[in-house]
Amino acid sequence: MSKFRKDSSKDLPAISTASLPDIVFMLLFFFMVTTTIRDVSLLVKVQLPTATELTKLEKKSLVSYIYVGPPQKQYTKMFGTEPRIQLNDQFAKVSDIPDYVLAERAARDEAEIPFMVTSLKVDELTKMQIVGEIKQELRKAAALHINYSSRKAAVTD
Amino acid sequence: MRKTPEIPSASMADIAFMLLIFFITATSMDVDSGLERVLPQMPPENQEQDDTPPIKERNVFSVLLDANNRLMVEGELSRVEDLREKAKEFITNPANSENLPETKPTEIPLIGNFDVTKGIISLRNDHGTQYGMYLAVQNELVAAVNEVRNELSTEKFGKKYEELTNEQKGAIREAIPSRISEAEPKTIGGKK
Repeated sequence: MSKFRKDSSKDLPAISTASLPDIVFMLLFFFMVTTTIRDVSLLVKVQLPTATELTKLEKKSLVSYIYVGPPQKQYTKMFGTEPRIQLNDQFAKVSDIPDYVLAERAARDEAEIPFMVTSLKVDELTKMQIVGEIKQELRKAAALHINYSSRKAAVTD
Repeated sequence: MRKTPEIPSASMADIAFMLLIFFITATSMDVDSGLERVLPQMPPENQEQDDTPPIKERNVFSVLLDANNRLMVEGELSRVEDLREKAKEFITNPANSENLPETKPTEIPLIGNFDVTKGIISLRNDHGTQYGMYLAVQNELVAAVNEVRNELSTEKFGKKYEELTNEQKGAIREAIPSRISEAEPKTIGGKK
């Protein structure tokens, strides 16, 4: 019987931490591969509407974003609470959109221009007037391919 | 030769953790997805009054949205939940009814003779309509077209539309065109 009791007085050996860096690196690589770098900080609050018929935006490099929504809390003093447009990292007017589209086009390869998509990230409580104006500007700039960004809705059948 | 001392690797985990935390905070995981639409081309500015023949009443499925987010489909108040069924009925015209759109028999490769609908879905919204409501309506209309396409592709090819080859998809698209036209917004009913 003494055979089994032999080690009972000794302390447990410490768990080896030699493999900890490897585990963390694995996590790191996982995150580096699955995520994308956030390129703009949002100045407007955007609560996306839900939809079911979604298409994924395949090529991120060909997408230009237009954000519309009420300004974040720290900007309400300057810009009020009415929905505003954000292009790149600043607030913009509807009339800035053609320039934005042209700048986005100039930044891409010529062969890729026909495949460019404009993603509209619009807060769901925004009135359609501003969205309609944006759409008109996009038509004028001939950026016809758009994507109304939305979240996946739970399927109700 | 003297042996070089081993570099301590105890802090490796801390460094890796720091990198990990940096990447978690600086990146976002959400996949961008949304409802894809193509805007109509801007008409040339010096265009004369267009001389296209007027579209018959039965070929138009009118969807109106007012400033209070009320939905009017073909002249009657209705709910978003019912819109999909109505739109599907309009697109397919199963009973060949007089009020639903005309069809034009067309020879389509891979499918054969098919009665292609002449119907157009016309969507008009108000300046005061909420974007969320507008998108819900758009979503229902696109869903109606997609469902009808799925039904046809299961019937003809035994597969869902998404799983078809590009040629087959083209044939289905020709058989069931997605004609959703958006009118310039007006102020319809209700106060702004």
